[in-house]
Formats: sequence, C-alpha cells, structure tokens
Amino acid sequence: MWDYVKIVLFGLIALLAAIAANYARDLAYMVHALIIFAVAAGMFIWAVRTTWEEKPAPAVNAEGYMDGVVRYGVVATAFWGVVGFLVGTFIAFQLAFPQLNFHLLGDGIGNFGRLRPLHTSAVIFAFGGNALIATSFYIVQRTSAARLWGGNLAWFVFWGYNLFIVLAATGYLLGATQSKEYAEPEWYVDLWLTLVWVAYLFVFLGTIMTRKEKHIYVANWFFLSFIVTVALLHVVNNLSIPVSIFGSKSVQVFAGVQDAMTQWWYGHNAVGFFLTAGFLGMMYYFVPKQAERPVYSYKLSIIHFWALIFLYIWAGPHHLNYTALPDWASTLGMVFSIVLWMPSWGGMINGLMTLSGAWDKLRTDPIIRMMIVSIGFYGMSTFEGPMMSIRAVNSLSHYTDWTIGHVHSGALGWNGMITFGALYFLVPRLWNRAKLYSLPAVNWHFWLATIGIVLYASSMWVTGIMEGLMWREVDANGFLVNAFADTVSAKFPMYVVRALGGVLYLAGALIMAWNLWMTVRKGEARMPAPAAAVAAE
Amino acid sequence: MSKKPTTPEKDIPTTGHTWDGIQEYDNPMPRWWLWTFYATIVWGIGYTIAYPAWPLVKGATEGILGYSTRAEVQAEIDSFDAANEGMRQRLVEADLNQISTDPELASFAQNAGGAVFRTWCAQCHGSGAAGAKGYPNLLDDDWLWGGDMEAIHFTVTHGIRNEDDPDGEARYSEMPRFGTDELLETEEIEQVVNYVLSLSGEPQDASKVEAGKIVFEDNCAACHGEAAEGDREQGAPNLSDAIWLYGSSYADVMDSVSSARFGVMPNWNTRLSEAEIRAVSAYVHGLGGGEAAAE
Repeated sequence: MWDYVKIVLFGLIALLAAIAANYARDLAYMVHALIIFAVAAGMFIWAVRTTWEEKPAPAVNAEGYMDGVVRYGVVATAFWGVVGFLVGTFIAFQLAFPQLNFHLLGDGIGNFGRLRPLHTSAVIFAFGGNALIATSFYIVQRTSAARLWGGNLAWFVFWGYNLFIVLAATGYLLGATQSKEYAEPEWYVDLWLTLVWVAYLFVFLGTIMTRKEKHIYVANWFFLSFIVTVALLHVVNNLSIPVSIFGSKSVQVFAGVQDAMTQWWYGHNAVGFFLTAGFLGMMYYFVPKQAERPVYSYKLSIIHFWALIFLYIWAGPHHLNYTALPDWASTLGMVFSIVLWMPSWGGMINGLMTLSGAWDKLRTDPIIRMMIVSIGFYGMSTFEGPMMSIRAVNSLSHYTDWTIGHVHSGALGWNGMITFGALYFLVPRLWNRAKLYSLPAVNWHFWLATIGIVLYASSMWVTGIMEGLMWREVDANGFLVNAFADTVSAKFPMYVVRALGGVLYLAGALIMAWNLWMTVRKGEARMPAPAAAVAAE
Repeated sequence: MSKKPTTPEKDIPTTGHTWDGIQEYDNPMPRWWLWTFYATIVWGIGYTIAYPAWPLVKGATEGILGYSTRAEVQAEIDSFDAANEGMRQRLVEADLNQISTDPELASFAQNAGGAVFRTWCAQCHGSGAAGAKGYPNLLDDDWLWGGDMEAIHFTVTHGIRNEDDPDGEARYSEMPRFGTDELLETEEIEQVVNYVLSLSGEPQDASKVEAGKIVFEDNCAACHGEAAEGDREQGAPNLSDAIWLYGSSYADVMDSVSSARFGVMPNWNTRLSEAEIRAVSAYVHGLGGGEAAAE
C-alpha cells in the first residue's frame, strides 16, 4: 500500500514541478522547479522499479543503531565545510581586491553581494546544520540506548535538509533573496525547510521517548532546545506573502522597525540556539568521551542550561542599538546580553573542567586539543559578545569589522573546531576503523586552523576599532575629519591579512578531508563489534 | 571499544547515571561563577531602573536618569552648534571674496568645508578631490563654469543640469549629439575629432586635421571658441589643453562628439545651509585652482 502511495506522490510532485517550471515568472523559480522535478522524477522511477521486485531481507539489524544516515551526514559536513570555507576565502579576497568581482558568469552571479549569503549559509546551515543533524542522531541513539525513531524518516531529514541547501544556494546565485540576513531563502524554500524540520523534531523526540535510559542526558536537552527554538524562529521570521505562486518574490508581513526587530530576534537566536545550544550538545558528548572523564558538574549543567535558553531569546535588540528601535528595547537587549555572560560560561567551565585529572592529554591527543581550543574560543566570544552589546561599546563597534571578527572567532574557533573534533571522533567509529589514518595530519590541521583564526580575528579587531575611531573622529569644531573612502583604503592591508587567515583555515580543512577520506579507504579495520542498542546499566 | 571512564578522585561523588559510558560528577557550581551571575542580575535590575527599559501599556519606563540616545546625540550636536554659532554668523555675512583675507574665518571655513566635502562631494569628486572620468578634478585651475569664489558658490548652490533647483538657476548647457542625431557625416566627425586631438598634441591622423578645422569652425567654435579655449559662460570646456574630463583617446573623443555628454551635479541649496555651502566653496577654492574675483 505504502509503495503505491509513494509512486503516486512522487509522480504528482514531478508533474506539479514541471507545470511550475513552465509558468515560472523568474529564472530562480524555474531552476528550482526543474531541480524539484528532477529529484521527484528520479524518485518516481526508483519507486516504480522497486515496488514489484522481491524485497531482500533488511541488511541492517533493525535493533541496532541507525548509523548509515550519520555516515552520510559526516560526509556532507566535511564537503559543505570545504565549500563554505572556499567561498569565504574568495569573498575575503574580493573585499581586498574588488577586481575579483568577475562579470564572466553573467548578470551578477559572481559578485560579492551574491556570494556572501552563499558563504554564510554554506558554513552555518550546510556545514553547521549537517554537523548538528549527524551528531545529534549519533548522540541521541547512544545516550538513549535506542534506535532512531521513525524508520526512514531520518533519511528524509538528511536528504530533505540537503535539498534545502541546494535550493538556497542556487537561489542566492540567481538573485532570489528576501534580503533578511541568515534567512535569505524565499517562501517556498522556507516552507520546505519547515516540513523537514518538523520531521527532524519527530525523529529526535521519538528517539528520546523510546529511550531505555532512565534520564535524558544533558546533550539531548541542548539539542532539543535547539530544534524547538529554531522551528519557532524560522516560522515567525519568514512570515511572508508570495507575489505569485509561480514566482520566487515575496513580501514580508512585518514592516519597518517591527520587521527589523523580528529579523534580529531571529538572527541573534540563530547564533544562540543554532550555533550555541546545538553545539553545546555536541560538546557535552564528545569532550567527556574523548577525554574519558566524567562531566565536571551536573548542577552547573542544569542551571546554565535553563539560564542560557531563558536569557538568550531576549538579547536580540542589541543588534539594533542606536537605530529606530526604541531605547527601552535596546536597554533590555543589552541587560539580557550581559546577564547571559555567566550562563554562557557555564558551558565553558563544564567543558574545560571535565579535563581536570587528564590535562596531560592536551600534549598527546590533538583531537582533545582541538576541542579545548574550541571551548576557549567559545569562552572568548561569549565574553566579547556581551561586552559589544553595551551601548557605549556598541557605538564604536557597530557596523565595523569588529563585528565580523567577533562572529568569526566564534564560528571558526568554537563551531568549526568542535565540529572538526567531532568528525575525527566519529569517522573511525562509524566506518569501524581502529584509528585515524594520520594523527600528525590532525596536528597540522590544528595549527593551521588556530593560526588562521588568530590572523582573522586580530586583523578584524584592528580594522574594526580603527574604522570606528575614524568614522567618529571630529576636529575641535565638531567637523568630521575622514571621508568614508579614507576608512576603506586604510583597511586594505588588514583585509589581505584576513584573507590569508582564511587560506590557512581552508588548508587545514582540506587536510582534514584528505585524512578522513584515507581513514575510510585505507584505515585498518577494528575488531567487529556489534552496535547493539543496549542500556548501559 | 572505548574504555570506561576512570574516576581517580574517589571522594567526589557522581550522580550515579551513566550514558554510553559518560558519568557526571556531582560537583557544586563554582562559587565565583555563581556570585558573578548574581552580580550581573543585580546590576541588570539596577540598570533597568536607571535607564528606559520596561514596556508598559502605553510607552515604557523612562528610567530615573532621564537618558535617551536621541537626546544624547542632540546635546552633542547642540554643543558644537553653540560653540560655532559666532563663526557661522560671520561666514554667512562676510563678502565672499573677503573670506580668505580673514585668517580666523578662512581657517574655520577650511575645516568646516572639508568636512562637508568629505561627506557630500567625495562620492563623485573623490575624497582627495582629484575627480574621476566624468567628474571634474577640483585641484587644478581648469574650470568649466568659473573658478572664483562667486562662481564656485553659485555652482555649489544651484548645481549643474539638474531639474531640482527650486530657483531654477542650475547651470545649464547641452552639446548637440552630432552623430546620434546625424548632424554631421561620420567622415566629418572623424575629421573634427582628429583636429581636436591635434590641438593638444594627442596622436592624430594628420591627413584629416585640415578638413577637421573647417568642420570645427562651422559647428563647434560658436561655443568652444575659435581658438577652442572654451567658454565659461556656457560651461564649454577648453579643448586646447591636456585636461580631458571624459578621456583623451580617439574613441573617447569620438564618443563625446557623436553622443555628447550631459554631466549632472545636484543643487545643494536644499540640503546644506548657506554657511555650509560657503564653507565648502572656500574649501574647493583653496584646493589649488581658486581664482581671484574678476575686477
């Protein structure tokens, strides 16, 4: 019965997509309709071919952990990571050398304005998102001693999410954007992501509800808060009305300062729940596993979890200090940001102190070193963030490269490094290898990435503070001293340094991709161990 | 298989749970962490009492300090305005040609005008005022519409070839499109272009120069003058010097003669105060090419 439903469903989607492509009012919409048509048609043919065949017995042990989807997620994470870092490095060079805005590709496709959202979405949603989905699927099974709930629904989440990424990326290049930072995809891509995300919530929640452990592990609290809050943020911030059912353009339901506030409520919590809460979930599993030490303090994890998720959601207005936003909202955003400082640091303390009694591993294990540096950058940027939200500091830092530096010390340092550590942890286990192909290569990756981040962050501090001071510089009579173009030309050397930092970081990621590939291809097999879902106690 | 976590500190209790081999110590929260957290909460409450913070049904609490970001920036602007009021008054009342003779006023006008220039004029003329293709260089003494204080002041006030000046006084002239509108044969345009290039010693086809001179006298001299030295009354550029607003290549000059140019400058009288216009005029006048008033 289900097989016939599938055939009808895929056939119908393919038909509707073909019709939509035919009536498309703009290029991006037409390309997207054709992509959906191709995917649905392929699935239709596959469904037709397999329906009347005799089904082989399920190859995987239906009682064991479902790791196939995690393996795909790990590959996707490494792939999108390299793509995202490559685009980021390229646009860093475009800022230093504007001649690199090539017109060869046609109408604006290779311009900074289109590549920039491609970079941010590739690293946050493609690299970070695949890392979160893969690690949460891995962790929730192990810490619940249960197989992923919902059967093939987990596969739908993986492929559906990556289809979302392809639609978003091609849309940016073809100029389809609703012009909301980190929420650029247009209405139909948003609807698709909503569907995928609800499926993700069901898989995760279903697994937790069928768990064989008595308690829910702390990592899963963070993952669950991340999944639930991102769903809420995504739906509210993307409320819009399409201009045409056959076109990509839509109109936001909020306007003016309400739209700005909704956008930065979303934008700040994309940082708070996607890049902080979700990645803390990763940290809470991989650090104790790799260090082979108990988590430092259970009490701390409870208090900082609830404080973090309660406080983060109010901090968005600090993105709109000194704008049309009323002063009261700006004050509250700043106050909540500062109160958030310690709850953020709770995660850092718990991560770092988990190593107490095992600090010698920093010398011998480059993977744990990567995780610890990651936690260090987490602590640094969660101090810097509240500081920059203070109105007086913000009046200098706002709109400058300091913000870019802050974001990247968090993204490259915290999100990037903890993800690299997780990938190094996961690949030998998922592909049943005794160890990584090369530990020295991990060491190289560690140092290239760390030096890359230092170059990036310090150059952006220099240009950020410099341009902030140049913008506000007035003479004794109150007259502005610098033209805007003066600040741009003054930043040039630091822009080159920043781009070189990006080159180092990208080089490290390429070494990682090679190392993981070789581990899978050439690593010696570990003694087979059945991955059975058995409660630990 | 990973090893079971070792717990050397036997005296620290764990919570007794184990997930995939992970245990949790039952350590207390670090005191310094907890007290700093409390301190930020207390500070936060105090700060929201002092500053505008809590939304009410209508409006929000204003805070006991009476702070507002708008009032803060207005106070800063007002303090400079008050300090500069005397000089501003003198600048507006001064004879344009006398500004440079009063050292105190000249210095004020230079600083104020520089700030206006870097904010409003640098986008086209460059932050160093060296101009770009289509945007005149203001550092030299080659003026299209005149380079004394009166002329510069008039140009800044009303702009060039715009429809927005409320006084309708924008400087206006329009060169015919000799090629596009088929006013001249292609051959004649080629001849006159070579003639114009020959005037400043640019590379030219010498065989066409003689014929080009005749075309020039019949069609161009009325505005650009017999000697091609231009006419500031009409904003007609001097074609005999080596300064080229739209480029000196054969193709550039061909384009200018065939399609003509129509450079526009905004009128600033609706955006800047008279004091600011005077200040930026003095600044431009002082960049190097300023001329003395005609006797």
